[in-house]
Amino acid sequence: MNFWQFSVSHQKEIWAATREHLTLVFIAMLIAVAIALPLGMFIVGRPRLQSIALGLANIFQTIPSLALFGFLIPIPFLGGIGTRTAVVALVLYALLPILRNTCVGLSGVDPVILEAAEAMGMTERQILFRVRVPLARSILIAGIRTSTVITIGVATIAAAIGAGGLGVFIFRGVAMVSNAVILAGAVPAALLALAADYLLGWLERRLRVG
Amino acid sequence: MSSQTIAGAGASGDPIIEFRGVSYSAGSNGAKPILDGISLAIRSGETVVLLGKSGAGKTTLLKLVNRMLVPSSGEVFVEGQATATWDVIRLRRGIGYVIQHVGLFPHFNVRRNVTLVPSLEKWSKDRQEKRYAEVMQLVGLDPREFGKRLPNQLSGGQRQRVGVARALAADPPILLMDEPFGALDPVTRADLQKEFHELAERLGKTIVLVTHDLREALLLGSRIVLMDKGRVVADASAESFPSLAQPLVQEYVASQQTTVEDS
Repeated sequence: MNFWQFSVSHQKEIWAATREHLTLVFIAMLIAVAIALPLGMFIVGRPRLQSIALGLANIFQTIPSLALFGFLIPIPFLGGIGTRTAVVALVLYALLPILRNTCVGLSGVDPVILEAAEAMGMTERQILFRVRVPLARSILIAGIRTSTVITIGVATIAAAIGAGGLGVFIFRGVAMVSNAVILAGAVPAALLALAADYLLGWLERRLRVG
Repeated sequence: MSSQTIAGAGASGDPIIEFRGVSYSAGSNGAKPILDGISLAIRSGETVVLLGKSGAGKTTLLKLVNRMLVPSSGEVFVEGQATATWDVIRLRRGIGYVIQHVGLFPHFNVRRNVTLVPSLEKWSKDRQEKRYAEVMQLVGLDPREFGKRLPNQLSGGQRQRVGVARALAADPPILLMDEPFGALDPVTRADLQKEFHELAERLGKTIVLVTHDLREALLLGSRIVLMDKGRVVADASAESFPSLAQPLVQEYVASQQTTVEDS
C-alpha cells in the first residue's frame, strides 16, 4: 500500500490525529506564551535574573526531546503517561525562543526614544506597555513563530508517552517498517509547521513598525 | 495625583532653577568627573544657553534639571525645591525636553506624539485637541495635514518642529533643549533658529539650551554660560558675552569668525 492509498483509507484517523496534534500544540503554546512573555518583561533590565532565566530555558532546549518526555514520566502531578506530561514537555521546549526574543526585542528599543519617554514623565510601566512592547511586537511574534514551529515538530514524539497526535503514525510506521504509514504522520505535521510559519510570518511583517 | 506642580513664571523673583555646588561623576565609583562644583541660578523667563565643546558637561548639567541624572554632590533646585525630593514624574511632566535626535515615537502618529503628556495627564479629548492645534500652529505646521502622519513620513525639519510642539504641549514653564537644531541641514537650521527665537520671545518660558555653536547661542540666548571641563568659565548676557576678556571666550569668538569666513 502506498502513502496515498493509506491516507485515503485512513483519512478519518489522520484527521483525528491532526486535531489531537493541534490541540496539544495550541495548549502548550498558550501556556508557554503566558509564562514567557510576562517573565521576559519582568527580567528585561535585570541582567542577573535574565541570565538565570535564559540559562534555564537553554538547558531545557538542549535535553533531547525523547529523553525529556522520559524524565517527566515519574514526576508526580506534572508527569505520568498521557497528554498532561506531553504538554509540560512541550511548554519547556517552547519557552526559550519566546523568552529570548522578548528580552532582545524589549531591550533593543532605540535609546533615544526611551530617553524621550523617560524625560516626558512616563512611568516604567507606561514605557513598557506603550513604548517597548509596541515597538518590539514583531520581534515578540517572531519568537512565538519559531517556538510554534519547533513545538509542532516535537509534539510528534508525544505519541511515545501515549499523548496521541500525528506521532502515532510515525511510531507505528517505524515499527511496521512502512514508509506509507510514517508519511501519513510526517506529511501532515510538516504541512502544519509550514502553515503556522507562514501565518505567523505574515503577522510578524504586518506588525513591524516603521 | 499630587498637588505638587511647577507653578511657572511670575511666581517670585527667586530662581526657577538653581544649581548649588553641583558635582557629577560617571562610572561605578565616580571615577570619571564630569561636573565640578557648579553653582548657577536661572531666573524665570530667561533663555540660558550652555555653550561649550563636547565633553564640557553641558548635556549632563541639563539632565540634572529633570533628574534624568542625579548629582554626586550638591543639590539642584527647581522652583525652590531640591529635585531629589520632587515626585520625579510630576517634575518631568512640568519640563519640556527637546533633543537633537528628537525621539518621536515611531508607532504614534504626529497627533498622538504631540498630545502624549496631556493624555498622560488625563486631559479631556476636547482640551487635548484644542491644545494640539494650538501648538502645531506655534511651530508652523498644519494640524490637520500632519495629524495622521507617522514620524518616518516627515522631513528632518518637520520632525524637529513636532518635537518642539510635543515639548510645549502641556504648557510647561521650563523647556530643556539639547542641541535641538544640531542634526539639521544649515538652511533648515537657520530657518528654525529664527522661528524659534521669535516663538521663545512670545512664550516667555524659561529655556535652557545646549549648543556648541556661538552664533546659535548669540541668536537665541538672553544669557550665555560658557562651560569647559565641567566648570563654568564665563557667564554673561548675550550682548556683553563676545567682549568678555576671558581667553576661552575670545578663542570661541575667533574660531567662530573663521568658520563664518570659511563658509
